[in-house]
Formats: sequence, structure tokens, C-alpha cells
Amino acid sequence: MLRILLRRLVMAVFTLIFVAIVVFGVTEALPGDACTAYLGKLAQGERLSNCQSELGLDKSSIERFVGWSGNVLHGDLGDSLKRKRPISDIIAPRFRNTIILGASAALIGIPLAIVLGVIAGVYRDRLSDHVVSGIALLAMTIPEFVIATVLIFIFAISLKWFPAVTILPTEASVAEILPNIILPMFTLAFVMTAHILRITRASVIDTMSSEFVKMATLKGVPFRRIIFRHMLPSALLPTINIVALTMAWLLSGVVVIEKVFNYPGLGTLIIQSIFDRDLPLVQAIALMFAVIYIAVNLIADFLVILLNPRLRTKVSAGGG
Amino acid sequence: MIAGGTSANPVEYALPGSGRSRFAGIMIVLRDIISRPVGAIGLFLVVFHLLLAVIASFIAPYDVALQNADRILQAPSWAHPMGTDSLGRDVFSRTITGGRISIIITLISAVIAALWGGIVGVSLGLVGGRIDEFCMRLVDAFLAIPGLLFLLLIVSFTGGGVYALIPTLSFFNGISVIRIGRGAAQGVAVKDYITAARVRGHGSRFIIFQEMLPNLQDILLVEWAMRWSWMMLAFSSLSFLGFGATPPTPDWGLMISDSREFLTVAPWAGIWPAIFLSTLIIGINLFADALGKALRVDRQQGVF
Repeated sequence: MLRILLRRLVMAVFTLIFVAIVVFGVTEALPGDACTAYLGKLAQGERLSNCQSELGLDKSSIERFVGWSGNVLHGDLGDSLKRKRPISDIIAPRFRNTIILGASAALIGIPLAIVLGVIAGVYRDRLSDHVVSGIALLAMTIPEFVIATVLIFIFAISLKWFPAVTILPTEASVAEILPNIILPMFTLAFVMTAHILRITRASVIDTMSSEFVKMATLKGVPFRRIIFRHMLPSALLPTINIVALTMAWLLSGVVVIEKVFNYPGLGTLIIQSIFDRDLPLVQAIALMFAVIYIAVNLIADFLVILLNPRLRTKVSAGGG
Repeated sequence: MIAGGTSANPVEYALPGSGRSRFAGIMIVLRDIISRPVGAIGLFLVVFHLLLAVIASFIAPYDVALQNADRILQAPSWAHPMGTDSLGRDVFSRTITGGRISIIITLISAVIAALWGGIVGVSLGLVGGRIDEFCMRLVDAFLAIPGLLFLLLIVSFTGGGVYALIPTLSFFNGISVIRIGRGAAQGVAVKDYITAARVRGHGSRFIIFQEMLPNLQDILLVEWAMRWSWMMLAFSSLSFLGFGATPPTPDWGLMISDSREFLTVAPWAGIWPAIFLSTLIIGINLFADALGKALRVDRQQGVF
């Protein structure tokens, strides 16, 4: 088991290195360089050469990549062109805010998705399944910004329960952020629930038609026991990985949702930095998003390995 | 011969050089889609939006860019069935034309993505070995970067306008298709007709293009529909964020974004484009779902 865990860890590190190369390579392949993009029409003469020497653009790409990744490993993401401050200082509070948003949405969304997904799967093609699956389809297909706008219209403008947009400084304390987080959190949780629910439902349906569930039914095992002791453990395990894979999709959703609510997280920051043409900052945030994605997938891998009885060596196998 | 009642067998209507049976096959699939309530609704919505995108300029009562300072944020009336927006433009004319640019771009991109992703994926599935292993690592790494971020980055820094989105959208969505195509090809690679082709002395290129792709076209077709829906979502998000269609162009994402400031006084300027955009994406999804069932394509659930 330890070997599998190590293998996954090594693979995650390789993926991360590759992502770093891609992020660096894409920005490198774009026309012009960070300085011409940032300065725009002012990109000439002394200004341009100053900027270029500051960023070390006179060196070759490979030299700069090695330097950049070396610094990143030391936690130094460089300086923002526009804000003239270390990027790690700019990112840190926003990273916290995005994690708060994502984690609270996951806290609501994941349990809800599992319960609803199991109900829909067990009562397949009955009324409850049609209602749940129908709403899930709507949540997955209607763009996040439309859902967010509708929620703002109902809860912020008509009912005036929550603020429509966040007007707090980035460094505001968690207690101050909380009332602002509710609408974006529900939007994100809604979309997240729909994705995970569909996966859970499919897996439950798959397991319900398997031999061992039929066998248990024929043996006369009570329905509730079949669901909770036989079916669920083996149905939920494989969903963990697929859920983690949908993270890339949800991270894009976070960017849009943060923008709609003006939430001070990484999403609003990357859009702002793209508008500012602040390449070093854009690179750093893109890398952060990839790190979040890879970390979540790594955790999912570990969970599956730890929970899978077949990969346990000493403990006797239980459940399904 | 194709028997009327039986399922659409992909092999039967995929036979090359028999135009008539191909048409009959398409009709069977269409009938199967329409016979499902979900499929009928999906197909109706897709056809409705496609038709509208084509004829919108002929039926729009006003010029989509025509501003009228006297008629700002007017409620729906006979003259303006969906009201007017903050610049006095007719919301009805803009809404019916608003899908055109996104439909053109996403349809083209989805076809390119399904083709290149399918060809590469199928080849990897057939070839296998080290090359396959290496390429799949690359695919995994690309999937680790949220797609929308890449689109944002490339669109804003290349400055090529909306049409620069076509290669970018096709490239990144093709990467997801590679996985599907590869999985499907691995399932087919052990079949007898592939072995037969090998024994006949055909090379890999013949097997990929003449044997495997025709047999996997159903899977790629369903994948194309799913990619199309994803791209519509991505494109409208980009427009909403200010990186897609540029202002004078009527575009749903852009219209919703513009209407947000005036949501309290003139909700109609945002509601109508939101309804049109949502019904199209829902339509594509329902259609894709029914298409998958009609073609007996067992698609993995959940991952868009």
C-alpha cells in the first residue's frame, strides 16, 4: 500500500512540474513579452529596457524558467508588475478567501449530493429520481453567472436578506466575510451538488444491479441493510476519484462566481490581473489553481487507497 | 437491410459507399431520439435556436446596434415586446440575434475538437506502449489546469478577437476527447476485424481511418454534442466576464453582463437573454443524452 501511495505522490509532483512548464510555456509563446504586454503603447525606449532588465527578459527562456521555478520552490513568486509588491503577499489573503468559499460550499454540497444521489439511484425512474435528476440537469447546464444573477435578484434585491456584492477589503476577517459568503457559497454548492449527485446516482444504479446485491436480496436481507451495509460502501468508493476530477470544472466556476459577487478571492484577482496584463501575477495564480486541483486529486487517491479493503493488507476486508 | 423496429446498429448504417442505407440509418436514429420525450424537447430546442440564428436578421424589427436615447430601459410594449436596454436598444432584436456568434464559434470548434481528439485518441489506443503512456500523462497534466483560465489568458494576450477562440477551444476540448477515443479504441482493438485487417497486411493508418474510426463514430458524435454544450457554457462565461464578444455585437453573455447594473429597474434586459442561453444549453444536453441512448453509446456520467 505504501508503494502505491508513493507512486501517486511522485506522479502528482511530475504533473505539477509539467503544469509549471505549460503555464510558463504558454505565456512565453504569446506574442510580445510581459513588458510589452504590460506597458502597451508605452513599451519603448528606457521604460521598456528597464522593465525587461528588472524581469530578466534579456536572458534565454530556459534560464528564466529554471530561475523562476527555483524561486517558486522557495515560496518566492516574484513581484507583481502593477502592484509592485511580492506576489505571495497579494495572493495569501485571497487564497484564504477562495479556500473558505470552496470549503464551505463543499461542506454543504458533498453530503447533500451523496444523500440525493443515493435516493435518486435507489428509487431510479420514480418520481423522486425524476425531480432530483431534473433539477441537477438544470444546475449543470444553466451557466453559473445566470444562477448567481437569479439568486442576487431574489435574495439580495427583492428580499434584501444578503448583500448582493462584497465590498470588503481583501484582508477582512473571517467574521466580516461570512455574511457576504452566503450567496456565492450557495451558488457554488448548487452547481457542485449537481455534478457529484449525477456521479453518485450512476454508481448506485451500477451497484444495485450487481450480483452481490441480487444475492443479498434473494437471501432475504432487509432492504435497509442491503443499502447501508452492502451497496453503499462499494458504490461510493469509486465516485471519490471522479468527484475529484470534476474539480477542474468547478474551479472555472469559482472564477465566474467570484467575479459576479465581487468576492475578494483568487478568481477576481486573476481576471483583474489579466485586464492589467500583469503576466507574473497571472502565471502565479494559474499555478495556484493547478496546485489546488492536483492536491484535491491526490487526497482523493489517498482516500480511495485507504478505504479500499482490497488494498488493505492487515485489516480484514469488510463491507461489500 | 435495416429492420424498422430494431435498434440502430452502428455498423449497418456506417457501411461506406452505401448512401441510401446511411440516410435510413440517420432517420432511425432521429426517430429514436424523437420517441423519447427528453430527446424530442432537446432536438426541438436545438433546431429552434439554429433556425433562429439563421433567420434572426430577417425577422428582427430593429437594428441590433440602433441606440435610442428617448427609449431607455422601457418596459415591454407592443413596439418593443421584450423592452429596451440601458442604451435604448430593442431587447427582442438583440436577443434573437444574440446566439449567432456563439453558435458559429462553438459549432465549428466542437467539430474540430471531436475530429482531432478522436483521431489522436484512437491512434493512442491502438498503438499503446510507451508513447501512449507518455501522451496520457500530458493529457492528465493539461486537464489539471482549469480550461476557462487558459481561454482567458490566450484570448486576452493574443488580442485576436472572438475568432481566436476557435483554435483555443478546439485544442483544449480535443484533449478531453482523446481520453474518450482512447478508451473506446482499447475496447475495439482486440476485436476480430482488427486482427483480420492486420492479417490482411494493412498498416496502422488504414486500421485507424478505415476500420476503427467508422466504428467509433457514434461515440465521437455524442462526444461532439457534449463538447458543444460545454463550449456554449464557456463562451458565454467568457463574454460575461468581458473576454468574449465585443460590445456592439449582440451576445447573450454580454447582454446579461450589461443588464446587471439595471437589474432592479429593467430585469427584462437580462432575463430574456438568460432564458434563450439556458434553453439552448439545456437543449444541447438533452439532445446529447438522447443521442447517446439512440446510438447505444455508454457514456461515462458526470464529467462534462
